[in-house]
Amino acid sequence: MTVPATAHATAPPTRADVVVVGGGPSGLTAAAALAEALGPAATVLVLDREREAGGIPRHSDHTGYGIRDLHRVLRGPAYARVLVDRAREAGVIVETRAMVTGWAGDRALEVTAPTGRRVVEAGAVVLATGARERARPARHIPGDRPDGVLTTGQLQNLVHLHHRPVGERAVVIGGELVSWSAVLTLREAGCRTVAMVTEHERSESYAAFRLLGRLALRVPVLARSRVVAIEGRGRVTGVVVEDGAGARRTVPCDVVVTTGDWIPDHELARSGGLELDRGTRGPLVDAGLRTTAPGVFAVGNLLHPVDTADVAAIDGRQVVPAVVEWLGQDAGPGSLSGVRLRVESPLRWVAPQVVDPAGPAPARGRLLLWTDTWVERPRVEAVQDGRVVGTRRLPWPAAPGRVFRVPSAILDAARPDGGDVTLRLA
Amino acid sequence: MTTPSPAGTPRRVDVDVAVIGGGVVGSAIARRLAGADLRVAIVEARSDVGDGTSKANTAILHTGFDASPGTVESRLVAEGYHLLGDFAEETGIPVERTGALLVAWSEEELVALPGLREKARRNGYDACAIVSAAEVYDAVPSLGPGALGGLTVPDESIICTWSTTIALATDAVARGAEVLLEHRVTAAEPTPDGTLLRTTGGDVHARWVVNAAGLHADTIDGLFGHDRFTVTPRRGELFVFDKLARPLAPLIVLPVPSSRGKGVLVSPTVYGNVMLGPTAEDLDDKTATGTSAAGFAFLREKGERIMPTLFDEEVTTTYAGLRAAVPGGDYLLERDDERRYVLVGGIRSTGLTACIAIAEHVAGLLAAGGVDVGLRDDLPAPPRIPNIGEAGLRPYADAERIATDPAYGHVVCFCERVTAGEVRDAFDSTLPPRDMDGLRRRTRLMNGRCQGFFCGADAQAALETRGASLLAGADR
Repeated sequence: MTVPATAHATAPPTRADVVVVGGGPSGLTAAAALAEALGPAATVLVLDREREAGGIPRHSDHTGYGIRDLHRVLRGPAYARVLVDRAREAGVIVETRAMVTGWAGDRALEVTAPTGRRVVEAGAVVLATGARERARPARHIPGDRPDGVLTTGQLQNLVHLHHRPVGERAVVIGGELVSWSAVLTLREAGCRTVAMVTEHERSESYAAFRLLGRLALRVPVLARSRVVAIEGRGRVTGVVVEDGAGARRTVPCDVVVTTGDWIPDHELARSGGLELDRGTRGPLVDAGLRTTAPGVFAVGNLLHPVDTADVAAIDGRQVVPAVVEWLGQDAGPGSLSGVRLRVESPLRWVAPQVVDPAGPAPARGRLLLWTDTWVERPRVEAVQDGRVVGTRRLPWPAAPGRVFRVPSAILDAARPDGGDVTLRLA
Repeated sequence: MTTPSPAGTPRRVDVDVAVIGGGVVGSAIARRLAGADLRVAIVEARSDVGDGTSKANTAILHTGFDASPGTVESRLVAEGYHLLGDFAEETGIPVERTGALLVAWSEEELVALPGLREKARRNGYDACAIVSAAEVYDAVPSLGPGALGGLTVPDESIICTWSTTIALATDAVARGAEVLLEHRVTAAEPTPDGTLLRTTGGDVHARWVVNAAGLHADTIDGLFGHDRFTVTPRRGELFVFDKLARPLAPLIVLPVPSSRGKGVLVSPTVYGNVMLGPTAEDLDDKTATGTSAAGFAFLREKGERIMPTLFDEEVTTTYAGLRAAVPGGDYLLERDDERRYVLVGGIRSTGLTACIAIAEHVAGLLAAGGVDVGLRDDLPAPPRIPNIGEAGLRPYADAERIATDPAYGHVVCFCERVTAGEVRDAFDSTLPPRDMDGLRRRTRLMNGRCQGFFCGADAQAALETRGASLLAGADR
């Protein structure tokens, strides 16, 4: 067999100044920004397990990407291409079909790729492994196990990357932004969404999308309801929906899409011994995106499952100063520092979880929070050692199913040497 | 697998012994008999071997310590434990010798432990020891509060039930047996020299018929003119937790058995997960393999008591299996000389462990019925089955293997780390998969925590192209 002249001139690297695990928006942005900051002498390597880098946007062929980070509006695959191109132009090595399967040391990674099994030693590791939707079993939805039950991720893969038909009548479980994204994908595949089922008072996504949903997509939203069983053998024939009053009915369908309900892909973080936050289930991080493991950083939806791709990408720039500092001084702080943030129900999580009130602010000066109930005009309080140290009334609602943002200046009056700060709705 | 004859009618298969049922027991029997100078066929209703009761159980290689002493089951489980253990070593079926710990949660259960140890002795198993509460928590620190003591079963092990059936059926084929899939038996007509089985896949004529039809053994028994027993499908629902939970369950945690059955256990799996279950619910419907809200609630309640931290972990999958329960509580192994027919009924969850011993027993029954079942001296070597267990070296981690074939370095199922090479091998194997479930059981593709979020579309394409879609460019 003749080897084309353009085939790998060099073997895949076994050492890099920075290894970024995951080639989605946050990982690619971090890699590009780090390559620029560290200069051409440094090796920045992105390891991505898919055939092509770009992450979830590559699977999501609809518009709305790139607003906050690129200041333009792109479709998902185009956005993914821009980020890959930018990283390569910055000198980043983007290696695809390369899966990190474990750790061989504090900052050494075991990698499986068609080019071989190897260990890559890194000066710093940036985890950008993202998040996935909980599938039906993780949501404890009983019944038989027929074909036709998909997550949004699988649906988008089938339709956008494989151009496959999916069915004729779909029920979408969830009312998040991604749920509407699933409806759009279904429509593109010629499948009608006959019901959207959400446990909340209303569909959680933005008002405009809800309006679009009602007027253009004409999807009936069954609020305060849940799917309690899936029917059908071989193929889905329907779902049993229970409403708030406990009444049940069967909605016939041949496709069920479970949407939202995110869990970070935290396998590497856990197996590396990083402390995780119980709320996000991603690594515990400070405003510099340091984790509890020296020289290991984390960015993107691994930390806040799940925010939009552009917000994930912005983490990729946020991480740069801390990584550069770590690489520059062997005995640097490396590990996270600041006061610990906690939340009270109905808030589920906050990211980052450690912030130094006197230190650098988190990305875009925002704390990211998740709520389990709808609050029209939320007033958020920060409480430290029994004292309210900050209050913000927000002009936007706190809605389940999407991140809501609170200016990190709410912490300005917190004492850097004080106790934990609890964020709550007043 | 029927080949149409030139006239367009399906060919008639003629064999010495037809084994109805391609589960773990039927496959073991076919393998044993094909080792003699006999033409053997597995006659299976479904599109794969091991697709019924054999695919969905607790996958434990039992010592038989808690069987009813003196039963056929007790003897065959004890024998089968060693026979299957040896076969697993020869073929590469994943086995982990974890041991088990039976935990007493009440005074009543605590006082039952010496009796269980004595029962184990009467079953020929002498290694059980009674341990204190402190020793229980040393062995399994994540157990919930309230354990009072325990009984160790050091040799209880976990095994891969899928690989077992596939290895047995593959060996049967290597020895000359035929596997007739999608051949549901609809009638059994006596002939001067045997039985003509009418099936949905064509006719099969056999001198002898072995009924290893599991849940449907009573129906097949009826076709041979008997009305001896009814198989009640006993549903068992299980939760499978994420691999990240595996450190919680270093060994099999058993409850003290009660009159209502063996109860709910927490067990590691050879794939690196943790399993909680099963429930036990007698049903009428032999196809009711769905899970239920009531089953989930029951398991949740039990699980939160046994191991509260388990439910902090993600549930990777849930499933339900049906055991073939019969009255009397023992295996039904009987020969009918007039119809040249052998019944292998009432094989419950222990059938996985006992399968090779059951096959030997059936060979003995046939020998007594005048069939020469002596093993040939030119038997092929046992097949090597691809390792899908976590304890052994898997292809994604095998540097030498990837160096010789890059397809083993191309991970296509991220959660389970299944490679394009393994998927290709599955389609190139003696018994290739015909559907996604068959592919799952051979490779673990799609069995992981994402349940298809990332690999589902690729997996479907792989199934339709017999793996070619994954290999395209795998070496780039």
